[in-house]
Amino acid sequence: MGLKTPLYDTHVRQGAKIVDFGGWDMPLHYGSQIEEHHAVRRDAGVFDVSHMAIVDLTGVRVREFLRFLLANDVGRLKTVGKALYSCMLLPSGGVIDDLIVYFMSDSWFRMVVNAGTRDKDLAWITKHAADFDVTTVERKDLAMIAVQGPNARRKTASLLSPPQQAAVLELKPFFGAPFGSWFAARTGYTGEDGFELMIPAAEVADAWAGLLAQGVKPAGLGARDTLRLEAGMNLYGNDMDENFHPLESGLAWTVAFEPADRGFIGRDALERARREGGRELVGLLLEERGVLRSHQKVLLAGSAGAAADGEVTSGTFSPTLNRSIALARVPKTSQPTVQVEIRGKLHAARIVKPPFVRHGKPLIDIS
Amino acid sequence: MSDKVPGDLRYTKSHEWVRQVHGETPNGTIEIGITDHAQSALGDLVFVEVPEVGRALSAGEACAVVESVKAASDVYSPLAGKVVANNEALAGKPELLNEDPYGAGWLFRLETGAAANAASLMSASAYETLLAEESK
Repeated sequence: MGLKTPLYDTHVRQGAKIVDFGGWDMPLHYGSQIEEHHAVRRDAGVFDVSHMAIVDLTGVRVREFLRFLLANDVGRLKTVGKALYSCMLLPSGGVIDDLIVYFMSDSWFRMVVNAGTRDKDLAWITKHAADFDVTTVERKDLAMIAVQGPNARRKTASLLSPPQQAAVLELKPFFGAPFGSWFAARTGYTGEDGFELMIPAAEVADAWAGLLAQGVKPAGLGARDTLRLEAGMNLYGNDMDENFHPLESGLAWTVAFEPADRGFIGRDALERARREGGRELVGLLLEERGVLRSHQKVLLAGSAGAAADGEVTSGTFSPTLNRSIALARVPKTSQPTVQVEIRGKLHAARIVKPPFVRHGKPLIDIS
Repeated sequence: MSDKVPGDLRYTKSHEWVRQVHGETPNGTIEIGITDHAQSALGDLVFVEVPEVGRALSAGEACAVVESVKAASDVYSPLAGKVVANNEALAGKPELLNEDPYGAGWLFRLETGAAANAASLMSASAYETLLAEESK
Protein backbone atom coordinates (compact mmCIF):
# COMPACT_ATOMS: atom_id res chain seq x y z
CA MET A 1 0.00 0.00 0.00
CA GLY A 2 1.55 3.24 -1.14
CA LEU A 3 0.68 6.90 -0.81
CA LYS A 4 -2.47 7.97 -2.59
CA THR A 5 -3.35 11.20 -4.36
CA PRO A 6 -6.82 12.80 -3.94
CA LEU A 7 -7.70 11.25 -7.34
CA TYR A 8 -6.82 7.65 -6.43
CA ASP A 9 -10.44 6.45 -6.11
CA THR A 10 -11.28 8.19 -9.39
CA HIS A 11 -8.49 6.29 -11.16
CA VAL A 12 -9.62 2.95 -9.77
CA ARG A 13 -13.22 3.63 -10.83
CA GLN A 14 -11.97 4.43 -14.35
CA GLY A 15 -10.23 1.06 -14.58
CA ALA A 16 -6.64 2.26 -14.17
CA LYS A 17 -3.84 -0.23 -13.80
CA ILE A 18 -2.19 1.03 -10.61
CA VAL A 19 1.58 0.76 -10.08
CA ASP A 20 4.04 1.93 -7.46
CA PHE A 21 5.90 5.07 -8.50
CA GLY A 22 8.32 6.48 -5.93
CA GLY A 23 6.15 5.16 -3.11
CA TRP A 24 2.89 6.40 -4.66
CA ASP A 25 0.05 4.27 -6.05
CA MET A 26 -0.33 5.85 -9.47
CA PRO A 27 -2.20 5.01 -12.71
CA LEU A 28 0.06 3.42 -15.35
CA HIS A 29 -2.71 3.45 -17.95
CA TYR A 30 -6.50 3.20 -18.20
CA GLY A 31 -6.52 0.45 -20.85
CA SER A 32 -4.15 1.38 -23.66
CA GLN A 33 -1.02 3.41 -23.06
CA ILE A 34 -0.57 3.98 -26.80
CA GLU A 35 -4.10 5.36 -27.27
CA GLU A 36 -3.52 7.73 -24.35
CA HIS A 37 -0.27 8.86 -25.98
CA HIS A 38 -2.03 9.58 -29.29
CA ALA A 39 -4.87 11.39 -27.50
CA VAL A 40 -2.35 13.87 -26.08
CA ARG A 41 -0.57 14.35 -29.43
CA ARG A 42 -3.82 14.76 -31.37
CA ASP A 43 -6.45 16.14 -28.97
CA ALA A 44 -6.18 16.39 -25.17
CA GLY A 45 -5.26 14.18 -22.23
CA VAL A 46 -5.13 14.73 -18.48
CA PHE A 47 -2.56 13.33 -16.04
CA ASP A 48 -2.70 13.20 -12.27
CA VAL A 49 0.65 14.57 -11.11
CA SER A 50 -0.39 15.22 -7.51
CA HIS A 51 2.46 13.01 -6.31
CA MET A 52 4.85 15.83 -7.14
CA ALA A 53 5.60 18.23 -4.30
CA ILE A 54 4.58 21.89 -4.39
CA VAL A 55 6.71 24.01 -2.08
CA ASP A 56 6.14 27.69 -1.33
CA LEU A 57 9.20 29.69 -0.38
CA THR A 58 8.66 33.06 1.30
CA GLY A 59 10.82 35.80 2.73
CA VAL A 60 12.21 39.14 1.69
CA ARG A 61 15.50 37.47 0.61
CA VAL A 62 13.84 34.63 -1.31
CA ARG A 63 15.15 35.71 -4.72
CA GLU A 64 18.69 36.03 -3.37
CA PHE A 65 18.32 32.56 -1.83
CA LEU A 66 17.17 30.92 -5.06
CA ARG A 67 19.94 32.60 -7.05
CA PHE A 68 22.33 30.75 -4.71
CA LEU A 69 20.41 27.45 -4.55
CA LEU A 70 19.68 26.88 -8.25
CA ALA A 71 21.90 26.47 -11.32
CA ASN A 72 19.53 28.51 -13.47
CA ASP A 73 19.11 32.16 -12.51
CA VAL A 74 15.78 33.31 -11.05
CA GLY A 75 17.15 36.80 -11.65
CA ARG A 76 15.85 36.18 -15.19
CA LEU A 77 12.30 36.19 -13.85
CA LYS A 78 11.17 39.81 -14.26
CA THR A 79 7.41 39.36 -14.63
CA VAL A 80 5.10 37.95 -11.96
CA GLY A 81 3.85 34.49 -12.96
CA LYS A 82 6.90 33.58 -15.05
CA ALA A 83 8.31 30.09 -14.55
CA LEU A 84 11.87 28.78 -14.82
CA TYR A 85 13.18 25.23 -15.21
CA SER A 86 16.35 24.53 -13.23
CA CYS A 87 18.55 21.91 -11.66
CA MET A 88 19.39 21.99 -7.97
CA LEU A 89 22.98 20.82 -7.59
CA LEU A 90 25.36 19.37 -5.03
CA PRO A 91 28.72 21.15 -4.66
CA SER A 92 30.09 18.32 -6.86
CA GLY A 93 27.76 19.44 -9.66
CA GLY A 94 25.66 16.26 -9.31
CA VAL A 95 21.94 16.86 -9.81
CA ILE A 96 19.85 16.64 -6.62
CA ASP A 97 16.68 17.26 -8.62
CA ASP A 98 15.24 19.14 -11.56
CA LEU A 99 12.34 21.46 -10.84
CA ILE A 100 10.19 24.35 -11.95
CA VAL A 101 10.06 27.56 -9.96
CA TYR A 102 7.37 30.23 -10.35
CA PHE A 103 7.81 33.92 -9.52
CA MET A 104 4.67 34.66 -7.47
CA SER A 105 5.74 37.94 -5.85
CA ASP A 106 8.91 39.67 -4.65
CA SER A 107 8.72 37.68 -1.40
CA TRP A 108 7.14 34.45 -2.68
CA PHE A 109 8.34 31.81 -5.14
CA ARG A 110 6.64 28.47 -5.75
CA MET A 111 8.64 25.36 -6.58
CA VAL A 112 7.49 22.00 -7.98
CA VAL A 113 9.84 19.07 -7.35
CA ASN A 114 9.79 15.36 -8.14
CA ALA A 115 7.93 12.86 -5.94
CA GLY A 116 10.81 10.42 -5.56
CA THR A 117 13.19 13.13 -4.35
CA ARG A 118 10.82 15.16 -2.17
CA ASP A 119 12.37 14.24 1.20
CA LYS A 120 15.98 14.94 0.29
CA ASP A 121 14.94 18.05 -1.66
CA LEU A 122 13.05 19.50 1.30
CA ALA A 123 15.90 18.69 3.67
CA TRP A 124 18.40 20.38 1.34
CA ILE A 125 16.24 23.44 0.67
CA THR A 126 15.34 23.93 4.34
CA LYS A 127 18.95 23.60 5.45
CA HIS A 128 20.11 26.40 3.14
CA ALA A 129 16.97 28.52 3.50
CA ALA A 130 17.74 29.22 7.15
CA ASP A 131 20.74 31.36 6.18
CA PHE A 132 18.45 33.61 4.14
CA ASP A 133 15.51 33.72 6.59
CA VAL A 134 13.38 31.99 3.96
CA THR A 135 10.42 29.88 5.09
CA THR A 136 9.47 26.72 3.18
CA VAL A 137 5.96 25.28 3.30
CA GLU A 138 4.93 22.17 1.39
CA ARG A 139 1.45 22.66 -0.08
CA LYS A 140 -0.04 19.25 0.64
CA ASP A 141 -3.46 20.90 0.41
CA LEU A 142 -3.02 21.27 -3.35
CA ALA A 143 -3.45 18.56 -5.96
CA MET A 144 -1.92 18.91 -9.41
CA ILE A 145 -3.13 17.77 -12.82
CA ALA A 146 -1.61 18.32 -16.26
CA VAL A 147 -3.95 18.87 -19.22
CA GLN A 148 -1.92 18.47 -22.41
CA GLY A 149 -2.56 18.39 -26.13
CA PRO A 150 -3.49 20.71 -29.01
CA ASN A 151 -7.03 21.15 -27.64
CA ALA A 152 -6.08 21.07 -23.94
CA ARG A 153 -6.17 24.81 -23.28
CA ARG A 154 -9.52 25.36 -24.93
CA LYS A 155 -11.11 22.42 -23.13
CA THR A 156 -9.67 23.48 -19.78
CA ALA A 157 -10.81 27.07 -20.23
CA SER A 158 -14.40 25.92 -20.74
CA LEU A 159 -14.51 24.93 -17.06
CA LEU A 160 -13.88 28.52 -15.97
CA SER A 161 -16.10 31.60 -15.85
CA PRO A 162 -16.17 33.72 -19.06
CA PRO A 163 -13.79 36.44 -17.76
CA GLN A 164 -11.41 33.77 -16.44
CA GLN A 165 -11.58 31.91 -19.78
CA ALA A 166 -10.32 34.91 -21.66
CA ALA A 167 -7.51 35.44 -19.16
CA VAL A 168 -6.35 31.81 -19.00
CA LEU A 169 -6.21 31.61 -22.79
CA GLU A 170 -3.97 34.67 -22.79
CA LEU A 171 -1.33 33.03 -20.60
CA LYS A 172 1.94 32.90 -22.49
CA PRO A 173 4.13 29.77 -22.52
CA PHE A 174 5.88 29.24 -19.18
CA PHE A 175 3.60 31.68 -17.35
CA GLY A 176 1.16 30.91 -14.55
CA ALA A 177 -1.55 32.84 -12.71
CA PRO A 178 -4.32 32.27 -10.15
CA PHE A 179 -7.87 31.68 -11.38
CA GLY A 180 -10.19 31.56 -8.38
CA SER A 181 -8.95 28.68 -6.23
CA TRP A 182 -6.81 27.31 -9.09
CA PHE A 183 -3.29 28.17 -10.14
CA ALA A 184 -2.90 27.50 -13.87
CA ALA A 185 0.43 27.47 -15.69
CA ARG A 186 1.14 26.99 -19.39
CA THR A 187 3.76 24.34 -18.76
CA GLY A 188 4.02 20.58 -19.21
CA TYR A 189 6.09 17.49 -19.82
CA THR A 190 4.78 16.20 -23.16
CA GLY A 191 5.99 18.53 -25.92
CA GLU A 192 2.41 19.68 -26.45
CA ASP A 193 0.64 22.87 -25.48
CA GLY A 194 -1.46 22.77 -22.33
CA PHE A 195 -1.74 23.63 -18.68
CA GLU A 196 -0.55 22.33 -15.38
CA LEU A 197 -3.22 23.08 -12.78
CA MET A 198 -2.78 23.29 -9.02
CA ILE A 199 -6.19 22.78 -7.46
CA PRO A 200 -7.33 22.39 -3.81
CA ALA A 201 -7.41 18.65 -3.06
CA ALA A 202 -11.12 18.79 -2.21
CA GLU A 203 -11.99 20.26 -5.64
CA VAL A 204 -9.74 18.26 -7.95
CA ALA A 205 -12.09 15.31 -8.53
CA ASP A 206 -14.75 17.72 -9.84
CA ALA A 207 -12.22 19.38 -12.14
CA TRP A 208 -11.10 15.97 -13.41
CA ALA A 209 -14.72 14.95 -14.12
CA GLY A 210 -15.33 18.28 -15.85
CA LEU A 211 -12.36 17.75 -18.14
CA LEU A 212 -13.49 14.23 -19.03
CA ALA A 213 -16.94 15.62 -19.84
CA GLN A 214 -15.17 17.92 -22.34
CA GLY A 215 -13.68 14.84 -24.03
CA VAL A 216 -10.27 15.03 -22.38
CA LYS A 217 -8.87 11.49 -22.07
CA PRO A 218 -7.34 10.32 -18.78
CA ALA A 219 -3.69 9.35 -19.34
CA GLY A 220 -1.32 7.46 -17.08
CA LEU A 221 2.36 7.50 -16.24
CA GLY A 222 3.10 5.14 -19.15
CA ALA A 223 1.97 7.66 -21.76
CA ARG A 224 3.62 10.45 -19.75
CA ASP A 225 6.95 8.65 -20.17
CA THR A 226 6.69 8.04 -23.92
CA LEU A 227 5.48 11.61 -24.49
CA ARG A 228 8.29 13.21 -22.49
CA LEU A 229 10.92 11.05 -24.17
CA GLU A 230 9.62 11.95 -27.64
CA ALA A 231 9.79 15.58 -26.48
CA GLY A 232 13.43 15.04 -25.50
CA MET A 233 12.78 15.84 -21.85
CA ASN A 234 14.89 14.27 -19.13
CA LEU A 235 13.55 12.06 -16.36
CA TYR A 236 15.23 12.41 -13.00
CA GLY A 237 16.78 9.12 -11.88
CA ASN A 238 17.18 7.96 -15.48
CA ASP A 239 18.82 10.73 -17.46
CA MET A 240 20.44 12.57 -14.58
CA ASP A 241 21.07 12.02 -10.90
CA GLU A 242 23.62 12.93 -8.24
CA ASN A 243 26.40 11.11 -10.13
CA PHE A 244 26.16 13.30 -13.23
CA HIS A 245 26.24 17.06 -13.74
CA PRO A 246 23.91 18.99 -16.06
CA LEU A 247 26.52 19.45 -18.80
CA GLU A 248 26.70 15.69 -19.37
CA SER A 249 22.91 15.36 -19.03
CA GLY A 250 21.77 17.53 -21.93
CA LEU A 251 20.96 20.35 -19.52
CA ALA A 252 23.71 22.88 -20.26
CA TRP A 253 20.96 25.23 -21.48
CA THR A 254 19.55 25.35 -17.93
CA VAL A 255 22.81 26.48 -16.32
CA ALA A 256 23.23 30.26 -16.12
CA PHE A 257 26.98 30.91 -16.08
CA GLU A 258 26.22 34.58 -16.70
CA PRO A 259 26.38 36.84 -14.79
CA ALA A 260 29.83 35.54 -13.87
CA ASP A 261 29.66 36.97 -10.35
CA ARG A 262 26.60 34.93 -9.31
CA GLY A 263 27.76 32.26 -6.92
CA PHE A 264 25.55 29.16 -6.85
CA ILE A 265 25.94 25.70 -5.38
CA GLY A 266 27.84 23.54 -7.88
CA ARG A 267 29.24 26.44 -9.91
CA ASP A 268 32.94 25.67 -9.30
CA ALA A 269 32.50 22.02 -10.31
CA LEU A 270 30.63 23.02 -13.48
CA GLU A 271 33.30 25.58 -14.43
CA ARG A 272 35.88 22.79 -14.22
CA ALA A 273 33.68 20.34 -16.14
CA ARG A 274 33.09 22.93 -18.84
CA ARG A 275 36.85 23.21 -19.44
CA GLU A 276 37.45 19.45 -19.36
CA GLY A 277 34.72 18.31 -21.75
CA GLY A 278 33.67 14.69 -21.27
CA ARG A 279 30.39 13.00 -21.96
CA GLU A 280 27.16 14.25 -23.41
CA LEU A 281 23.56 13.17 -23.61
CA VAL A 282 22.41 12.45 -27.16
CA GLY A 283 19.27 11.20 -28.83
CA LEU A 284 19.27 7.81 -30.54
CA LEU A 285 16.99 6.45 -33.25
CA LEU A 286 17.18 2.67 -33.63
CA GLU A 287 17.69 1.84 -37.31
CA GLU A 288 16.40 -1.72 -36.91
CA ARG A 289 13.46 -3.42 -35.22
CA GLY A 290 13.61 -3.75 -31.45
CA VAL A 291 13.28 -1.50 -28.44
CA LEU A 292 15.98 0.57 -26.77
CA ARG A 293 15.89 0.39 -22.96
CA SER A 294 17.76 2.13 -20.17
CA HIS A 295 21.14 0.61 -19.22
CA GLN A 296 21.79 -0.96 -22.62
CA LYS A 297 25.41 -0.54 -23.62
CA VAL A 298 26.25 1.91 -26.44
CA LEU A 299 29.40 1.25 -28.48
CA LEU A 300 31.09 3.84 -30.63
CA ALA A 301 32.72 2.61 -33.83
CA GLY A 302 36.39 1.92 -33.24
CA SER A 303 36.06 2.27 -29.50
CA ALA A 304 38.84 0.28 -27.91
CA GLY A 305 37.27 -0.73 -24.65
CA ALA A 306 34.73 -0.21 -21.92
CA ALA A 307 36.02 3.28 -21.13
CA ALA A 308 34.82 4.50 -24.49
CA ASP A 309 31.37 2.99 -24.15
CA GLY A 310 28.18 4.81 -23.39
CA GLU A 311 24.84 3.82 -21.94
CA VAL A 312 21.19 4.29 -22.78
CA THR A 313 19.62 6.36 -19.99
CA SER A 314 16.00 6.22 -21.23
CA GLY A 315 14.67 4.16 -24.10
CA THR A 316 11.25 3.30 -25.40
CA PHE A 317 9.09 2.64 -28.40
CA SER A 318 7.87 5.92 -29.83
CA PRO A 319 4.18 5.63 -30.71
CA THR A 320 4.34 8.76 -32.89
CA LEU A 321 7.36 7.64 -34.94
CA ASN A 322 6.60 3.91 -34.75
CA ARG A 323 10.32 3.43 -34.04
CA SER A 324 12.43 3.00 -30.97
CA ILE A 325 14.11 6.12 -29.55
CA ALA A 326 16.38 6.80 -26.61
CA LEU A 327 18.53 9.22 -24.72
CA ALA A 328 22.07 7.95 -24.14
CA ARG A 329 25.14 9.25 -22.36
CA VAL A 330 28.18 8.80 -24.60
CA PRO A 331 31.71 10.16 -24.93
CA LYS A 332 31.66 13.29 -27.12
CA THR A 333 31.70 12.07 -30.71
CA SER A 334 31.15 13.28 -34.24
CA GLN A 335 30.11 9.84 -35.47
CA PRO A 336 26.67 9.71 -37.07
CA THR A 337 25.86 6.22 -35.77
CA VAL A 338 26.55 3.93 -32.82
CA GLN A 339 25.89 0.30 -31.95
CA VAL A 340 23.57 -0.62 -29.09
CA GLU A 341 23.76 -4.00 -27.42
CA ILE A 342 20.28 -5.50 -27.03
CA ARG A 343 20.22 -8.98 -25.44
CA GLY A 344 23.76 -9.75 -26.56
CA LYS A 345 23.35 -8.55 -30.16
CA LEU A 346 24.55 -5.28 -31.67
CA HIS A 347 22.04 -3.04 -33.43
CA ALA A 348 22.74 0.16 -35.35
CA ALA A 349 21.33 3.42 -34.01
CA ARG A 350 21.63 6.91 -35.43
CA ILE A 351 22.58 9.88 -33.27
CA VAL A 352 19.90 12.56 -33.54
CA LYS A 353 19.21 15.84 -31.80
CA PRO A 354 16.21 15.75 -29.46
CA PRO A 355 13.36 16.58 -29.35
CA PHE A 356 12.11 13.75 -31.54
CA VAL A 357 8.53 15.07 -31.64
CA ARG A 358 6.97 18.39 -30.79
CA HIS A 359 3.42 19.71 -31.23
CA GLY A 360 2.31 16.50 -32.90
CA LYS A 361 5.04 16.57 -35.57
CA PRO A 362 8.15 14.42 -35.99
CA LEU A 363 11.26 16.62 -35.87
CA ILE A 364 13.74 14.00 -37.02
CA ASP A 365 14.08 12.20 -40.31
CA ILE A 366 12.95 8.61 -39.75
CA SER A 367 13.47 7.38 -43.31
CA MET B 1 -11.60 -7.76 -15.45
CA SER B 2 -11.27 -11.52 -15.83
CA ASP B 3 -8.76 -13.17 -18.12
CA LYS B 4 -9.85 -15.65 -20.78
CA VAL B 5 -8.56 -19.18 -20.23
CA PRO B 6 -9.75 -21.54 -23.03
CA GLY B 7 -10.49 -25.03 -21.69
CA ASP B 8 -8.91 -26.91 -24.61
CA LEU B 9 -5.38 -25.56 -24.09
CA ARG B 10 -2.51 -26.42 -21.75
CA TYR B 11 -0.60 -23.80 -19.75
CA THR B 12 2.69 -23.05 -18.00
CA LYS B 13 3.49 -21.20 -14.80
CA SER B 14 5.25 -18.56 -16.89
CA HIS B 15 1.96 -17.77 -18.72
CA GLU B 16 2.49 -19.51 -22.05
CA TRP B 17 -0.35 -21.50 -23.62
CA VAL B 18 0.08 -24.72 -25.62
CA ARG B 19 -2.23 -26.08 -28.29
CA GLN B 20 -1.97 -29.60 -29.72
CA VAL B 21 -1.78 -29.32 -33.49
CA HIS B 22 -3.66 -32.11 -35.26
CA GLY B 23 -4.00 -32.89 -38.93
CA GLU B 24 -1.27 -32.77 -41.54
CA THR B 25 1.51 -31.78 -39.14
CA PRO B 26 3.57 -34.54 -37.51
CA ASN B 27 2.62 -36.04 -34.18
CA GLY B 28 3.56 -34.10 -31.12
CA THR B 29 3.51 -30.72 -32.78
CA ILE B 30 2.35 -27.93 -30.50
CA GLU B 31 1.56 -24.26 -31.02
CA ILE B 32 2.70 -21.80 -28.38
CA GLY B 33 1.67 -18.31 -27.40
CA ILE B 34 1.23 -16.12 -24.34
CA THR B 35 -1.99 -16.06 -22.37
CA ASP B 36 -4.63 -13.35 -22.23
CA HIS B 37 -3.48 -12.64 -18.69
CA ALA B 38 0.12 -12.21 -19.88
CA GLN B 39 -0.74 -9.81 -22.73
CA SER B 40 -3.00 -7.81 -20.44
CA ALA B 41 -0.28 -7.52 -17.78
CA LEU B 42 2.31 -6.46 -20.37
CA GLY B 43 0.13 -3.79 -21.98
CA ASP B 44 0.43 -2.62 -25.59
CA LEU B 45 2.97 -4.84 -27.34
CA VAL B 46 5.33 -3.11 -29.76
CA PHE B 47 7.96 -5.73 -30.62
CA VAL B 48 8.00 -9.51 -30.81
CA GLU B 49 11.00 -11.71 -31.55
CA VAL B 50 10.20 -15.34 -32.37
CA PRO B 51 12.66 -18.27 -32.57
CA GLU B 52 14.05 -19.24 -35.98
CA VAL B 53 12.67 -22.28 -37.75
CA GLY B 54 14.96 -25.24 -37.20
CA ARG B 55 16.20 -24.09 -33.82
CA ALA B 56 16.33 -26.85 -31.17
CA LEU B 57 14.90 -25.81 -27.82
CA SER B 58 15.09 -27.41 -24.42
CA ALA B 59 12.18 -27.26 -21.99
CA GLY B 60 12.19 -23.96 -20.08
CA GLU B 61 14.62 -22.29 -22.48
CA ALA B 62 14.09 -18.57 -23.11
CA CYS B 63 13.34 -18.52 -26.83
CA ALA B 64 11.17 -15.52 -27.69
CA VAL B 65 10.86 -11.95 -26.51
CA VAL B 66 7.71 -9.88 -26.23
CA GLU B 67 8.14 -6.19 -25.56
CA SER B 68 5.50 -3.74 -24.54
CA VAL B 69 5.95 0.01 -24.44
CA LYS B 70 7.15 -0.39 -20.88
CA ALA B 71 9.21 -3.60 -20.66
CA ALA B 72 10.71 -6.62 -22.37
CA SER B 73 9.66 -10.09 -21.26
CA ASP B 74 11.05 -13.52 -22.14
CA VAL B 75 8.91 -16.37 -23.40
CA TYR B 76 10.02 -19.87 -22.38
CA SER B 77 9.63 -23.03 -24.40
CA PRO B 78 7.11 -25.22 -22.56
CA LEU B 79 8.71 -28.43 -23.85
CA ALA B 80 11.84 -29.63 -25.64
CA GLY B 81 11.68 -29.83 -29.42
CA LYS B 82 12.47 -28.27 -32.76
CA VAL B 83 10.88 -25.06 -34.08
CA VAL B 84 8.92 -25.90 -37.25
CA ALA B 85 7.10 -22.60 -37.81
CA ASN B 86 6.95 -19.09 -36.45
CA ASN B 87 4.42 -16.30 -36.77
CA GLU B 88 5.98 -13.83 -39.21
CA ALA B 89 2.93 -11.58 -39.10
CA LEU B 90 3.93 -10.42 -35.62
CA ALA B 91 6.97 -8.56 -37.00
CA GLY B 92 4.71 -6.01 -38.64
CA LYS B 93 1.72 -6.29 -36.32
CA PRO B 94 2.80 -7.01 -32.74
CA GLU B 95 -0.59 -5.77 -31.58
CA LEU B 96 -2.06 -9.08 -32.81
CA LEU B 97 -0.79 -10.45 -29.52
CA ASN B 98 -3.02 -8.03 -27.60
CA GLU B 99 -6.00 -8.42 -29.89
CA ASP B 100 -6.06 -12.21 -30.29
CA PRO B 101 -3.58 -13.91 -27.93
CA TYR B 102 -4.96 -17.42 -28.54
CA GLY B 103 -5.37 -17.06 -32.31
CA ALA B 104 -3.63 -14.62 -34.67
CA GLY B 105 -1.14 -13.82 -31.90
CA TRP B 106 0.44 -17.30 -31.77
CA LEU B 107 4.26 -17.26 -31.52
CA PHE B 108 5.74 -20.50 -32.85
CA ARG B 109 5.20 -24.23 -33.45
CA LEU B 110 7.36 -26.88 -31.91
CA GLU B 111 7.79 -30.53 -32.90
CA THR B 112 8.17 -32.41 -29.64
CA GLY B 113 8.25 -36.00 -30.94
CA ALA B 114 5.30 -37.41 -29.02
CA ALA B 115 1.72 -36.22 -28.71
CA ALA B 116 1.57 -37.19 -25.05
CA ASN B 117 4.21 -34.64 -24.05
CA ALA B 118 1.80 -31.73 -23.72
CA ALA B 119 -0.31 -33.67 -21.25
CA SER B 120 2.35 -33.00 -18.62
CA LEU B 121 1.51 -29.28 -18.68
CA MET B 122 -1.12 -27.48 -16.60
CA SER B 123 -4.80 -27.83 -17.42
CA ALA B 124 -7.02 -24.77 -17.82
CA SER B 125 -8.47 -25.23 -14.35
CA ALA B 126 -5.00 -25.53 -12.80
CA TYR B 127 -3.95 -22.34 -14.61
CA GLU B 128 -7.05 -20.52 -13.38
CA THR B 129 -6.12 -21.55 -9.85
CA LEU B 130 -2.61 -20.17 -10.41
CA LEU B 131 -4.03 -16.83 -11.64
CA ALA B 132 -6.32 -16.65 -8.62
CA GLU B 133 -3.37 -17.24 -6.29
CA GLU B 134 -1.20 -14.66 -8.06
CA SER B 135 -3.87 -11.98 -7.79
CA LYS B 136 -4.07 -12.38 -3.98
